[in-house]
Amino acid sequence: MSESNYDEIMKLLCDRLSGLSNSSIQITPETNIISQLSIDSIKLLNLIMEIEDTFDVSIPINALTDVQTVRELADLVYKIKSAS
Amino acid sequence: MNLLEKLDASAAARKALLPDGVGAFGIPIEEVYSATEARIGDRRVLLLGTNNYLGLTFAPECIRAAHEAIDKEGTGTTGSRMANGSYFGHRSLEREFADFYQCDSAIVFTTGYQANLGTISGLVGPGDTVLIDGDSHASIYDGCVLSGADIIRFKHNDMVDMEKRLRRLGNRVETTLIIAEGIYSMLGDQAPLTDIVKLKKAYGCILLLDEAHSLGVLGETGQGLVETTGLLKEVDFITGTFSKSLCSIGGFCVSNHPQLEQLRYVSHPYIFTASPSPATIASTRAALELLRKGSHLRKQLWQNCTQLYTRLKEGGYLLGPHPGPVIAAIVDTPRQALLLWQNLLEHNIYVNLILPPAAPEGKSLVRCSVNAAHTPEQIKYVGDTFCKLHSLLCTAS
Ligand SMILES: Cc1ncc(COP(=O)(O)O)c(C=O)c1O
Repeated sequence: MSESNYDEIMKLLCDRLSGLSNSSIQITPETNIISQLSIDSIKLLNLIMEIEDTFDVSIPINALTDVQTVRELADLVYKIKSAS
Repeated sequence: MNLLEKLDASAAARKALLPDGVGAFGIPIEEVYSATEARIGDRRVLLLGTNNYLGLTFAPECIRAAHEAIDKEGTGTTGSRMANGSYFGHRSLEREFADFYQCDSAIVFTTGYQANLGTISGLVGPGDTVLIDGDSHASIYDGCVLSGADIIRFKHNDMVDMEKRLRRLGNRVETTLIIAEGIYSMLGDQAPLTDIVKLKKAYGCILLLDEAHSLGVLGETGQGLVETTGLLKEVDFITGTFSKSLCSIGGFCVSNHPQLEQLRYVSHPYIFTASPSPATIASTRAALELLRKGSHLRKQLWQNCTQLYTRLKEGGYLLGPHPGPVIAAIVDTPRQALLLWQNLLEHNIYVNLILPPAAPEGKSLVRCSVNAAHTPEQIKYVGDTFCKLHSLLCTAS
């Protein structure tokens, strides 16, 4: 997958996360999804399902234990998509 | 943030939803009078928030069996099933469960929570996959995490969604365990077992069904969803709990796969915990007998369920899709749920309050559970009171 695909993933995540969050902060790659955006665990799990469908991949939710920031989530999706 | 500050932050989030002093969670029950009534504070309340589906908590047969076991075998086994904790009663109960489900093997665990933890983590491990319903109980999630397998969720009861996820797994389906529940505890709806079985066969997976809320409730003999659907032989592993219709505490797994026995040697939640006390096992054995012969109890239970479900529906409440012993009024906000819950308690009715994220789709629930010991008059009073309080939902948002 190319650089532009990574950007596409990042943009999609930022858009969806801002839709899910009640917080008004500007989302950047370094934003912490749980603590800064106050997105509860179930909303995050549902977002993962949506990303799976968008990119037609399987993203195991246990892989989320290493994910804190938007960048880390984008990296995970990119890695899985590239390997698929 | 240090560890304690993190807890302070989560406590602050909790208190924002539910102020201190509103005892909706962990409410002190001062005295229990029967399967349907207890004292909370100085109120005598009707219990509509228990899992006592067959109303057997005070069944004389179970009480007598528990007394005798304490007298004969003492208060506890003080050891694991693996060591000194497998008494005659534990082994007999396993045989009785195997017989009840016409299966070769059964394992008794110390709780239903551990039955899921122990079965799931015994069946799958790192590199394997579990495909679970999005609304699965925490014991299923925790079992999956403990196992180290990859966890994929499908949309609750959505078979198109489930098949899409199975297809994506490719040849990993061979080492995939699908997990569903007979009756889901939040909305009381049932799994589409016929379709799940079709897909599990088409893709060659193994299927585990948790009958925690359906044991004793569904089927002529109370086996659960496997009985009403006639699919007992198609489900690879069935887990369940003693803490609901069997009115004690403990859990089980049954299967026709001889490999189930190996779990006794690999499953930490089975090995590294003390076995259920003799009294617990004895009352469960007595309750299982009552459950098997309890079609009259199921008939009464279902009459009560239908009566309350119909009344709440007429009263304008949004409910789960199926009538059943779990009947949840779905409301938009935590404030509405809390107000309704508090007013019900003021009318001497205890139900469960469920707030996000525990409730599905960001909603809040005021959940009733009905049992066979409720009288039609009690159910009528609960239904009428709910309907009288419906207008509260408009005053709170
Ligand atoms: C679906 C489901 N499975 C398992 C359990 C755990 O049962 P136990 O209370 O015996 O630990 C519960 C009970 O809360 C449940 O609702």
